[in-house]
Amino acid sequence: MAEKVFMQGNEAFAESAIRSGCKYFFGYPITPSSELPEYYAKKAPTEDLVFVQAETEVSAFNMIAGVAATGKRAMTATSGPGFSLGCEAMSYMAAAGLPAVVVDVMRPGPADGDILAAQGDYFQIVKGGGHGDYYTIVLAPYSVQEMSDFGRLSFELAEKYRNPVVVASDGMLSKMMENVELPEKIEVENNFDWAITGAKGREHNVITTCALGPEQWEQFNLDLQAKFNLIQENEQRWEEFQTEDADVIIVAYGSVARIALTAIKIARENGIKVGMIRPITLWPFPKKAFDKYPDKDYFVVELSAGQMVEDVKLSVKDKERVEFYGRLGGISPTPQELFEKMKELYTK
Amino acid sequence: MKTVYERPKVLTDEYMKYCGGCGHGIINKLIAEIIEEENLAEKAIMIWPIGCSVYADRYFNVDSVCALHGRAPATGTGIKRALEDNLVVVYQGDGDMVSEGMAEIMHAGIRGEKFTVVFVNNAIYGMTGGQMAPTTLMEQKTSTSPQGRSADNAGFPVNMAEIIGSLHGCHYSERVAVNSPANIRKTKEAIRKAFKYQLDGKGLSFVEIVSPCPTGWGVSPVKALDWIGETVLNQYPLGVFKAPKEGE
Repeated sequence: MAEKVFMQGNEAFAESAIRSGCKYFFGYPITPSSELPEYYAKKAPTEDLVFVQAETEVSAFNMIAGVAATGKRAMTATSGPGFSLGCEAMSYMAAAGLPAVVVDVMRPGPADGDILAAQGDYFQIVKGGGHGDYYTIVLAPYSVQEMSDFGRLSFELAEKYRNPVVVASDGMLSKMMENVELPEKIEVENNFDWAITGAKGREHNVITTCALGPEQWEQFNLDLQAKFNLIQENEQRWEEFQTEDADVIIVAYGSVARIALTAIKIARENGIKVGMIRPITLWPFPKKAFDKYPDKDYFVVELSAGQMVEDVKLSVKDKERVEFYGRLGGISPTPQELFEKMKELYTK
Repeated sequence: MKTVYERPKVLTDEYMKYCGGCGHGIINKLIAEIIEEENLAEKAIMIWPIGCSVYADRYFNVDSVCALHGRAPATGTGIKRALEDNLVVVYQGDGDMVSEGMAEIMHAGIRGEKFTVVFVNNAIYGMTGGQMAPTTLMEQKTSTSPQGRSADNAGFPVNMAEIIGSLHGCHYSERVAVNSPANIRKTKEAIRKAFKYQLDGKGLSFVEIVSPCPTGWGVSPVKALDWIGETVLNQYPLGVFKAPKEGE
């Protein structure tokens, strides 16, 4: 039976990844993600894991690319400044078809910033971040339970599409503790025909991202785009709360969506019918969720100056009916604050 | 007729795209010969850099990865940690290693990663068209040091075999050259030794190879070989800078 424990978000992800057959962790310490490498380091001797503290995030991301090239499961974890350094390798892994997993625990930037919860790295994670035309699948948990669930789902999606997956956590979600049901432990023995393992009893394999000329490279890019289209068609994930009868739909992800749940309750008690669409995949963005409700008002809440709101505007029929509210610098809004804002916007 | 020499089967039939007189072709061939002679084709994993050898995966019938610029030792760390019993060979040029990827090679040495590094030092950026590298000699003219390298602006050449050899994590470090038949034979034996140490599970084995770049240097292939013997080896002396003590 699956096991229920009281656990921190970062540790729940690490434990779930270990139980999902991810034996390789390469990482560089950065708040608020450091419990992930610490958890792997602690468990390495007894769980037969490989943990290496890399000299930089640049190296950590290239190390997981190396393991992924062998067909084995590997991950790293970081926060904004480290993810910036890793973006070179994200571009590489997306082009090379390397299915590694990165947990990005967002904190407020730009630059060094602070170490609390933020979502100002949405553009960086969702729109590519590195160079070239590529996307990574981005999962946005909103509970410790989902941190645990995505410790398995992230690897399954990465391998299904041969694409890196980013789990977009934040400083609140990663640090808080909740009850969580951990997955059962599985053994993973991948035998991918593309993997680099030594050319024994087969033709040799090559993993490269170097163009052999413009025609070949255009075709390579078209094939990549075909894969991204397939992911967009198949993998849009979201959750709805009280959307059917709502006049106003909050759009929020991550820890903000938790705050919004209470704001919805307060609003409904005060006569404003509010619901929520919570994107679970930030890429592919769940456009389909918005098709169902063409005539509602949308209220987007983010811990940023307004990033996901652009995708919401691209997904709705009337972008004039999309309002935005954001807090910056590591401050999260209170439920009362969100209610007051909605009262101001939606009652005459 | 008796066959005295054959192209190693580890090499594909692909035409090598290196310039005339370039050392990469020789070094690629030496690696292929050793892999064949030591029966390592099923175990070998080549990690290629960004630089003139960027297409070398097309020349080898072994599993290959082309890494990002400078990052091959990090990619190699992942691969070797995942596949401890394979022969992992990280192949880098001097721009790739000593400039873009100095952190990656240093820390691979510091951690004592159990793979082999073949470092081709031709004192210049070849692929991008003959720019100055950290390994460029003093007074050497390149397209980004047209008046010659000056210490005032660009500092001094870097001796990697000595630096890596000074790290505790390094098991073996030697500098060789491919400027004469005798030196080419020595180069082959140095690479063979490095592979052997790796397969024995020892720490980093590092072979620096001083290699001609007639195109980048703007001289004929023969002159390039002369320049190595007369000038380059004064900055980059041949020798063993780290060797296992007896019983190691």
